[in-house]
This record gives sequence, structure tokens and C-alpha cells, in this order.
Amino acid sequence: MAAKPFKVIGTRPIRHDGVDKVTGRAKYGADYSLPDMLHGKMLRSPHAHARIKSIKCDKALALPGVKAVITSADLPDLPDKMEMAGEAPVNLAHLSQNLLARNKVLYDGHAIAAVAATSAHIAEEAVRLIEVEYEVLPPVMTVEDAMKTGATILNPKLRNKEEGDKETNVASHIQFKRGEVEDGFKAADYVVEREFKTAMVHQGYLEPHNALAVYNADGKSTIWTSTQGSFAVRALAAAVCGIPETTLKVVPAEIGGGFGGKLTVYLDPIALALSKKTGKPVKMIMSRADVLKATGPTSGSTIRCKMGCTKDGKITAAQVWMAYEAGAYPGSPVGAGAMVIIAPYDIPHMIIDAYDVLVNRPKTAAYRAPGATNAAMASETVINELAEKCGIDQIEFRLLNAAKEGTAQTAGPPFKKIGYVECLEALKNSPHYKSKLEGPNRGRGVAGGFWFNVGMNSSAVVNVNGDGTASLVIGSVDVGGTRAAQAMVAAEVLGIKAEDVRPSVGDTESIGYTDMTGGSRTAVTTGAAVFAAAEDAVKQLKERAAKLLEKKPEEIAYEDGSFYAASDPSKKLTFKEVVAKFARTGGPVSGQASVNLRAVGPSFAATLIDVEVDPDTGKVKVLRATCAQDVGKALHPSYVEGQMQGGTAQGIGWALNEEYVYDDRGNLRNFGLLDYRMPTCLDLPEIETILVEVPAPGHPIGSRGVGEVNIVPPPAAVANAIANAVGVRMNVLPMSPPRLLKAIINKRSGSDTQIAAAGR
Amino acid sequence: MHAINYESPSTLDQAVKFMAAHGEKARAMSGGSDLIIQMRAAVRRPEYVVDLKKIPELRQISFSVQHGLKLGAAVPAIEIHENADMRKYYPGLTEAAHLIGSLQIQSRASVGGNLCNGSPAADTIPALIAVGAKCRVLGSKGERIVAAEDFCTGPGRTVLAPDEILVEFQIPGPAPHSSDAYQRFIPRNEMDIAVVGVGASITLDLGEDRCTAARIGLGAVGPTPIFAKEASAALVGKKLDAGTIEKAAQAAIAASSPIDDMRGTAEFRRHLVGVLTRRVVTLAAERARMATSR
Amino acid sequence: MAKKTVVETTINGETVEFLCEPRESLLEVLRDELELTGSKEGCLTGDCGACTVVVDGRPTCSCLVLAVEANGKKIDTIEGLARPEGLHVLQQKFLEHAALQCGICTPGVLMSAKALLDRTPNPTEAEIRYALAGNLCRCTGYDKIVRAVVDAAKTLSSARAA
Repeated sequence: MAAKPFKVIGTRPIRHDGVDKVTGRAKYGADYSLPDMLHGKMLRSPHAHARIKSIKCDKALALPGVKAVITSADLPDLPDKMEMAGEAPVNLAHLSQNLLARNKVLYDGHAIAAVAATSAHIAEEAVRLIEVEYEVLPPVMTVEDAMKTGATILNPKLRNKEEGDKETNVASHIQFKRGEVEDGFKAADYVVEREFKTAMVHQGYLEPHNALAVYNADGKSTIWTSTQGSFAVRALAAAVCGIPETTLKVVPAEIGGGFGGKLTVYLDPIALALSKKTGKPVKMIMSRADVLKATGPTSGSTIRCKMGCTKDGKITAAQVWMAYEAGAYPGSPVGAGAMVIIAPYDIPHMIIDAYDVLVNRPKTAAYRAPGATNAAMASETVINELAEKCGIDQIEFRLLNAAKEGTAQTAGPPFKKIGYVECLEALKNSPHYKSKLEGPNRGRGVAGGFWFNVGMNSSAVVNVNGDGTASLVIGSVDVGGTRAAQAMVAAEVLGIKAEDVRPSVGDTESIGYTDMTGGSRTAVTTGAAVFAAAEDAVKQLKERAAKLLEKKPEEIAYEDGSFYAASDPSKKLTFKEVVAKFARTGGPVSGQASVNLRAVGPSFAATLIDVEVDPDTGKVKVLRATCAQDVGKALHPSYVEGQMQGGTAQGIGWALNEEYVYDDRGNLRNFGLLDYRMPTCLDLPEIETILVEVPAPGHPIGSRGVGEVNIVPPPAAVANAIANAVGVRMNVLPMSPPRLLKAIINKRSGSDTQIAAAGR
Repeated sequence: MHAINYESPSTLDQAVKFMAAHGEKARAMSGGSDLIIQMRAAVRRPEYVVDLKKIPELRQISFSVQHGLKLGAAVPAIEIHENADMRKYYPGLTEAAHLIGSLQIQSRASVGGNLCNGSPAADTIPALIAVGAKCRVLGSKGERIVAAEDFCTGPGRTVLAPDEILVEFQIPGPAPHSSDAYQRFIPRNEMDIAVVGVGASITLDLGEDRCTAARIGLGAVGPTPIFAKEASAALVGKKLDAGTIEKAAQAAIAASSPIDDMRGTAEFRRHLVGVLTRRVVTLAAERARMATSR
Repeated sequence: MAKKTVVETTINGETVEFLCEPRESLLEVLRDELELTGSKEGCLTGDCGACTVVVDGRPTCSCLVLAVEANGKKIDTIEGLARPEGLHVLQQKFLEHAALQCGICTPGVLMSAKALLDRTPNPTEAEIRYALAGNLCRCTGYDKIVRAVVDAAKTLSSARAA
């Protein structure tokens, strides 16, 4: 990209959709209504593991106001293998059975039937009238129980490569290796080996899932929905309902948070199937209890991490065993966790064994850097122990070992230009780090994190208006300000003000194929698409300018808002002057681009947290937090800061209080926001951010994805801070007061401080 | 939610008549912050919801130093916090009401509702016990007075007969050099149900530097909130030094019978009873010392 | 089943009449009957604050108010915060400080913040955080929200002083 400074990128205009959002006018999924609409509600299993013997719906159907009841019998039986649905591989049988159980229920809250009625209250009452006979089976709730010999088997058809034809709960085993790990440990002066248990947690988006579906008599349908990816909904909902994909139009509503949990479908196909059966629009909103019980939390895990280093602080070897809860169907993020766990460091010898394990819990879905936060809790706390043994400062130790350009990745080619060192240096020089932390029971902890940016596909259209403004249509759902940031990219290339671009998010019929908003890809890939679409528009405008200036298009330059011929620079035409003459020069100007990016620059972060521990109660107060992240080039700094603050806040919640609590029958005890405890305003301090900008190579703007990596370091940073505060090393998440207190008491009495996470 | 009928009587008489007419099919409501949630979850399914908020006796706060406090059962927690007399003379009970939930919840939730819901973890009940609150109950057979510590009979259960309503709390006037305090442990800083709650009221004889009266109430550590008699007695007649307070703390732990649940283990709760009793007794004593003659 | 009741109330300064079943919450009526969809459903248990409206001057979770209780009350929702002349200072500051990302919590937060500033014109940061403790936000970590409220309080104070 040209060395000249950006005019719009990097500034902080008011977001274009802002007024709608602060006045309550913005329409989220549940805000949509259609005339003659029915309301749908789900019946869900009260058992963690059971065979369905019979389902009787006659009492429900007899309730006045009830128009239809469906079960898995109303959906096609889909193949039990990986198939492409849209652009991503999916096991459609698992997806469909997760939405409406077929023969077996596999977790507390697993959906069994759906009712459509004239009011939500009637639908709810009807659900209570559906009679199901179950044969209850023993639940398997932890990876240990699932992997042991003689474990109850969740899916008798599941096989993995290693165990041949043996029934198993282990869906897959992945291994990464480099060098010879035994040699590495032999070369080490210090070795630390720890076992960690992290609890299942939920993304915690404030807006429950919703869908409003209309199946028309001509076989065409429309769904308005809260989703991170309208094209994904189209593919998955169509597949589950057995209709041709492009007969379905998906309109993404404004989304009230997703964080990865709204990349798949739960209600959309159900609402559509109910609409097909009743001939009316059907609206469904998930209750908070169902969101927690039956959508896609992320894996709890058991991780054993062993690392060795020389007394000068060079890490020589790393050995990791990690088992992640997949939930009822395969697909935990253990593979990603394995790829990132030691990625921030240059380690010559390593071996990582990763297991994807079925348990009677909801099918896990992505949560902001899926798999990475669990992993970092293990690796980043072990690293601090090594640093302490060497007597080296926690930031210095990381700098000594930090991955740089050319360092091998765990999987894939060596790193190109990256910014981990810069993040660590930024933290080292931060006012936070330079400030003294004084007082009893206070401690300071650092941790680092790594996450990929995916590329995938994005489309954009730039329509230039006759008055010198432009409209921008993209397919990327706006979770937190991307629409404004993308408008800024278009404005930068068009040479106009951000306020003069009108961005909107299209639906599956009005914009070209665009993959989901997630994977830290929007700034990067949609940014590249918008950039290219705007360049396409500028190219056409140069042709128009050429006509007006009576020159050849190749001679025209566009700089500082003016078109001119290099051979005759005194004759200039402004952007406004050229566009005003559309009709005369060939009609409307519209730029378009669809891009698919492959190798995109990953993201690094490092987070510094100060805590104060109440040694009498085990309660932790977070005093101060600073997140340094390599953002490549921040499009809209305020919203980049916002991503960093949000991820840090989620990480703190994960560290201190969030966890799924199941009883021994496999029922979720904390299915509400009272007992699934997310941080409130009163639980967090100001969150300082340092935007480190090491431009991503090969990208027109140099942007890196910013949404995810910031959630990775905080739990480990908090754990390291607690260790520095009260001398106790926690090996469980969350480090809730009862657990921390027990560790403190054990330390005082001299017994082992490593806690087993009871009742996970 | 199931279909309900809504009644909103404006006199005590009307209210009692409704309750008597519908018996088990009716449920009284003040703030609704427990009942509406329970109805949505189908935990309670009354046919009739009787809204008591229009009845003046349930909405009043009337206080004098000699006669003490009459606190209407349906006064929202936020009004308690805003009342200068409540803050001055019953800071512990006021604190407890202020901790009942977010400001949004405090706009609706009442101390009466908190007690009648019968949760052993209710924040205001240990504080009510500490100040020696008496509950005026009215039914079709007339009126009776029930001590706060006797009101709850089990988780979610109270002494109220189907035709009875709780009208008000009667709390003795503050003796010179007496005050109260309430603290609870929660994992976050707001919005949580108490893992343990302890309320204490202390009266001091400053001349003799001794405690002349003490009441300690415990919440969330038994099937009902607890009046910790022995722990309270351990303070009376003594100088409130660390040793005495420790004896009370140990007695409070002994009086509690917590369970393991998703909010805490029994072990953790017992430990916290000790920690909070020490803190709350110390705070109530400090306040009592500073309470000027009224 | 009980017949529907007529409820008369004042919403954002206007007299409004609606029909509702006793089991319907104020939130349901606002959203489904009156099409005021600015107040949001997040949990229906009073734990998230997304449905916060102001009833007779007090911030309240509308999901925990029966619609029939609204009779004779004065209700303010997010739809009434801006005036025809323009946005309220709080709304403006939220935009300037980027105090929202997905925006779903924003109406509830704004109503709580307004109720706070109406009673406490110069709150400390601690008072702001306490007043907003009943409004969960999962996107922002609250940092920019608090800064926006601090700034709004300052601006409103100087406007009053001027």
C-alpha cells in the first residue's frame, strides 16, 4: 500500500447506524413482525441422556390457538457424513438432530418438538401438554468419564482413526510434532508440569436467538434472523428443511451480540418448517434458559502442559495433552487450541496431542478465538512459573522466546511479519507497567495470546451517487461497528468523507456471497473487497473523467480528490464534478468486487492485569487492566479499542466466575443470568488499550483482524496476578472465590494448592 | 405463562376477602420480582394474583424514636434507602434492602415480598431478625404477630395461611447507642443471591463499655434464615474485644447448617459465616458507639 | 381465562390506552401491542436490564411488571429520550465515545443513565457503575459507557450553570 498517510482510515467518525441504535429504532430480529404471524416454542428434554420411546402431541394440538406441532419426523433424514453446506463442511445429520432429536436426546435441553400457536403464551402452555416417554440412560459429563474404559457410549456409530472399529466417545485425535521433545527436556534446567481444568462457558450475548420465517405457496421463503452469517443460515436452514438453497432468502437483522455463537442455526429451520406446515409466518424467540442449555457454549477442557527452559530463560521443549468437550456431537475447537497453545513462542521441540470428546452437554460452538483461551490458561501460567524459577521478569521471559517473522508455526508456513514482540514492548513501556503496585494481597500478571485471521469470501458493491456521495452494500453483518469501518475504507479510496458513504448490510439476494462475521476476518477480507470495489468505481470514474477531459483513460490520475491527466495537470475535475455528469458520460457508476483471501496476517495480544485478593473470602478485585494488541492498521480506532475492551472483559468473566454447573444427573443448574455470572459494570475497572500497528503484509490497508485474540490472555493474566498477590497458583477456571479460598487455606496449612475442579 | 386473573384491592379488608375467597388459588404480589419469574417458570401457577400495592398500610414508612418503626410490607426497597430515618436508625436493614438487587429491582422489590418468598438466602431477613422485627399478619380470623425469625418454615414456605397477608413490620425504637449492620458475600459486586448473609444489631452501654443487647441473624446457611441465639448471647454483658467476637463467630458457625449448592459449598459457607459475623458485629458496634443520644 | 383489560397510562408524555391479558408483561405490551420495540428482551428474569424503562421516575425492568399494573402510571421508554430538536446529550455522548457495539443493551443503559442523572446530576464514577450494575453489556466491557455518562453529566451541568 502507498506510503502516503490515510485521510479517513484511522479517524473516528460517528458510526452511520448510531442514531438508530441510541434511539431504539434499529431493528433486531425480535423486533420484526408480520401480519397473521404465529409464535413458535420448543419442547426440550429434561434428561441429559435418554432414548425417546414415544411422543404424543394430541393434547397439545387440541389446545385452542395451536396450529401445528413438529418433530424430527417432519424434517428429512440427512446423511451422517461431512458435506459442504455453502462453503463450510458440516455433518448435516448431526446438525439436524441437534435441532430436533431423532430417537435419542443427548443433553439437558435437547430439542424434541416445536409448537406454533396464535400467541407465545399459548405455544408455551401447549409445549407443557406434549407427552414424551423416555428411557433414561447414564449421563457422561466430563472428558475423563467419556474417555475411560467402559464409558457409556453416546453415539454407537462414532469411530476414530486410531481405535478402528471400537465404539468410542473420542471423535478425533490430532497431533502436532516438531523435533524430539525428550531431547528438549534433557536440555532444560527447569521443567514445570501442570494439569488444568477449565469449565464450559457461554458467549453470553445479550440477545437470545430469534427467527421469523415465511414459507410462501410458490416454494420461496424468507427468514429474518439474528445471525453472524446470512449465507450460512441460508445453506444450513435449507439443508435441514430439505429445500433448494437459493429458494430461501435470509435477511440478517441487527444482531445483539454473537461472539461465534450465532454462526450456526437453531431456530431458523424450525420456524421455516412450522411456517411450511401452517401456511403462516412463524416467529420464534429463544428463552434465556434455552440459550444457556441448548445453544453452543464453548468447551470445558482438561489440559496437561509440560514445558522446560534453560536457566537463561530459553524454552527448549513443550509437551501438551489436551481433551476438549465437544458436547453431544463432534466438533470442539481442540484442533485450533492445539495450533495456538505455544504459537507465540519459538520452541524447537514440541509435541501436542489433542482430543475431541463427546459428552452429554450441548454441542459446542465457536466462542471468540475458540479453543485458544483454555489453552493459554495452561501455557501462559506454566511460562510464568518457568520465568519465576529463572528469576526473569514475566515480560522479559516472553520477549526472550517470542515468535518473530520466520519463526515456525505449529501448523503451516513460518510466520510472516507479526507483532508479538511489539505488543510485549508496548506493555513494558506502558504507564500501567511502569506504575508501582503497592499494598497487601495485590499482584500483577501478564499473559500473551495468539489467534488466526481467516480469509474466506466477501463481496461488496459501491454505488456512486450523482451528488458525490456513495452507497456501500456489504454482506458482513455488523456486530460492533464494522459497517462504519468499511464505509471508511470506501471513503478513503473514493477520496470522499466517511459521512458521505451510506453503508448497509445486504441480504442473501442483494449482495454477493459473503462468509460470516467471525474469525477476525471482516476488517481484513471485507475490507479488501470494499477496497477493490471502490477501486473499481474509481477506475470507471477515471474513464468518465477521460471523456470529459478528452484524454485517454490510461492517462488519468486521481489524487487528493481531483482527476487530471498527467500530461496536463492544470485541468482538474473534482469527484463531484465528474459524478454530476453520469448521464452524459455513460450512465451510473457502480463498483463491485468479490474476494477470497488465503494467507492473512494473524493477531497477537498481550494483557497486563493487577488484582487484589481478599484472603478471607477468596474474592478477586480487578484493579487495572491493559491490553496491547497488534491490529495491523486500525480502521476506526474507537471500535478497535472496543473490541479489545470487550474481549478483555469476557476473559475476566471467564477467569473469575463463569462456568456451567451440572448436577450428577446431567441437568444444568445455572440456566439463568443470575447464576451464570457475567461481569457487571461494577465488577470491572477501566480497560486501557494499546493499539500496536504492524501492518499485515500483502493487504491493501495492512489491517489485521481485531475481534478475537484479546479474549485469549486474560484468564492466564489473572491467574499470574493472583500467584503474585497471594502466592497461590490456580489450575482451574473459573478461579471463583470458593476455589481460591481453598487454595489459600491449603497454602497456609502447607498442603497442596492444586485444586481439583469439583462438580465441573 | 398460564392465564391469570389480576386483582388489586385498595383496602386491607378487600385484600383479606379476596385471599379468603380463593385460598390456595390466590397468591399475593407486591413487587412481583419473585412471583412473575416463578409464574413464567411454572414454579407457581396461581389463578389469582392479588396486587397489594394499592393498600396504604402496606406502603407507609412511619417512624418515631419512642415508638419505633412501622414499615409497610410492600414498600419498595429503593424508598427505604431514600428514607433518612431508615438510613440513620436502621442502617443495617437499609443496607440489606439496598442489596436486594439492581436499582431496577429495588424500584419494585419489597422487604415484605422478600420475606414472604421464603428464600433462606433472602437479604433482608437476617437484618429483620437482627433488629427484632415483628410481622403483623392479617387474615379472615383476625390479626397475629409473628417474630421475623419464626416466619419462614422451609425453603419457599412461610407461616402464612392461604387467607393471610403480611401487612407491616413493627420494629422497636432504637435504644441509645444501638445500631445494626448487614453484609453478605457474593461472587460479583452486585446482582447475585447471597452465598451467606449476616445481620447484627448491637446495643452498648458506653459507660461500662459493654454490650447490653445483641441479635445476630444468618441467611443462606440453613433451610430457613436463622436467629443465632447462642452467638448473640455470647456477646451480651461482655466487652466487644476480638476474643468475644471470635466466640460469637464460632457460635454462629455452629448454628448454621449450610448445604452444597451451585452458589457455594457447605465448607465455604461455614467459613464465610465466621468471616462475616466478625465483620458485621464489629461494624454494628462501631455504629452503635457513634450513635449519638437521640 | 380472564378477559382482556383496558389499561390507561402515559407513555413518553402521551396518554395511551391498550388492551392486554393479565399475564402479559409491560415489556410484551410495549413491544408487541404498541410497537415500541426499543426496549429489549434479554432474560425475562430481571438479571440483564435490557428491558429497562422508567416508571414514575424509577428505572424498572419492564419484564417484571405486569402490563395491568401500568394503569395510571407515567412511563418513559427509549423512544421518548430524543426530542424533535435532537438527541439527548446522553445519546450524543454515547455516539461520540463509541459507547455501543452491537447496541442491544444501549436502550436499557441509556434509560438507567438518564434516571441516574435526573436524580444525581454529578455522580462519581463509582456511583455511575453502581447505577448501571443492573444493565449487562457483553460487548464493551463498560469502559466507554462510563466515560460517555461522565461526559454527559459534565455537559449537562455546564448547560445548567450557563
